[in-house]
Amino acid sequence: MTTLLRIDHVSRRFGGYIALNDASCEIVEGHVHALIGPNGAGKTTLFNIVSGVLRPTSGKLSFQGVDYTGCRPDKILTMGIARNFQQVRLVRGLSVLENVMIGAHARIDRGLIGNTAEFLGFAVAERAAREKARMMLEFVDMAGSGEMQPDDLTLVDQRRLEIARALASDPRLLLLDEPAAGMNPTELNELGALISRIQANGLTVLLVEHHMRLVMSISDRITVLSAGNIIAAGPPKVIQRDPAVIAAYLGNGDEPALSS
Amino acid sequence: MWSSYWDSVAVFLGINVLMGISLYVPMTAGLISLGQGAFMAIGAYVSALLTKSNVPFLPALLAGGAVAAAAGLVAGAPALRIRGIYVMILTLGFGEIVRVFFLNFEPTGGASGMGGIRPLTELWQVALACLIAYAVVWRMRHLRLGRAMIAIHEDDLVAEAMGINLTRTKLVSFSLGALMAGVAGGFYAHQALFIDANQFDFSRSAITFLYVVLGGAANPFGSIVGAAIVTLLPELLRVVQDWRMTIFGTMLVLVAVWRPDGLLPAPRLRKS
Repeated sequence: MTTLLRIDHVSRRFGGYIALNDASCEIVEGHVHALIGPNGAGKTTLFNIVSGVLRPTSGKLSFQGVDYTGCRPDKILTMGIARNFQQVRLVRGLSVLENVMIGAHARIDRGLIGNTAEFLGFAVAERAAREKARMMLEFVDMAGSGEMQPDDLTLVDQRRLEIARALASDPRLLLLDEPAAGMNPTELNELGALISRIQANGLTVLLVEHHMRLVMSISDRITVLSAGNIIAAGPPKVIQRDPAVIAAYLGNGDEPALSS
Repeated sequence: MWSSYWDSVAVFLGINVLMGISLYVPMTAGLISLGQGAFMAIGAYVSALLTKSNVPFLPALLAGGAVAAAAGLVAGAPALRIRGIYVMILTLGFGEIVRVFFLNFEPTGGASGMGGIRPLTELWQVALACLIAYAVVWRMRHLRLGRAMIAIHEDDLVAEAMGINLTRTKLVSFSLGALMAGVAGGFYAHQALFIDANQFDFSRSAITFLYVVLGGAANPFGSIVGAAIVTLLPELLRVVQDWRMTIFGTMLVLVAVWRPDGLLPAPRLRKS
């Protein structure tokens, strides 16, 4: 078991508020690793730090053994970490397919001469990116929607589109921030199957999610955050029975909800 | 009755269309420049100096564009850290710096301007330049760079998280716009035959902004419509003499009221 991402004593303050306090965590390659915790626990903060949108106040991040603390988000994506957004953020004015192609952006930079050739019509990388984007749309079961506008999609499809966009960048690690928000049971099952398929393709997934049934059914490891601190980590079976987790996450021993 | 008067109006129209596109390009990436007149000035002075030293027109024109593009990199660099209205303030300041520079720079005539420029601009050249500019804009829209610019305009956080280098993309778009404005300046100098710093003042930049906004900032052809109206209407309204600018101004207000997004709509993507 090799460690893909190492979060090493990472803290983040916003003024006097400590959103994340000395968090350490290892994400094993090939795992679906869930990050759970009550609202305001610091999940999204940690997520934003891993993807480079926020910088940690202290601590280190390394990916495949390389320290990338302080790198810009576009560099981090090129390293192989891609993400979605909790509040869906698609580019209006671009078609669904072009939105996915944005994800392949970094992969089709061919330098000054190559880009000039692309411009003049030798659009080799461009065609490859288009093909890649089509494949990704197909992968998330949206093959027919390429020419639509993002605004014309349902929220569930917009979330799937964000996943396709992230996948188009050929990541090693996919960060998913509450992908199940607003989904009905059928859509939840489809999402679970999609995440498993992503895992089967050799990717590692870091999942922030509130939906316990989904988390418990697809995760290999779970890390629990509460009030900025990591209070437990381990496989789902262990986490479900951890008294500290139950107390922090659900109040007073509401165990059936966790194991349902 | 195609007189030399209308020929000259058509040339200025073409130059204005080119100026409009030069602003449309950085605006696609969310950078609103109120200093396009400065790049036009740089292109005008550089190309005029060169043709006066017997450099052929085309290389002089391109050199003017290149120097303007380089100036675009210099002016664009600080604009990377700021957004929206602050970019407008910065470019406005840059425009004034360039104007005052040429006003005081004696080798190019200073306050008394620069005359004796040869009449080299021809209508077909300006039309061709506009066509090329549109070809570039159209091609860009269907490539990585164009998508990146739209993404930055819509949501730069997403753009960066999806691997787009904000610095490079913004600089390229700003500088490409400056290049187009520089070429427009070259045409202008060799049509007007006399240039001075005050021809490239804030009102030049503001009216360029007007072309784009009036025509429709979300549509590349908006600048044609905008430039055509702003250039031609005052000419056509000459019959009403003293009232022409009043009528023109009233029409602008009416457009702002009825079509706040400009005359041309944003091109809507096909639905499948």
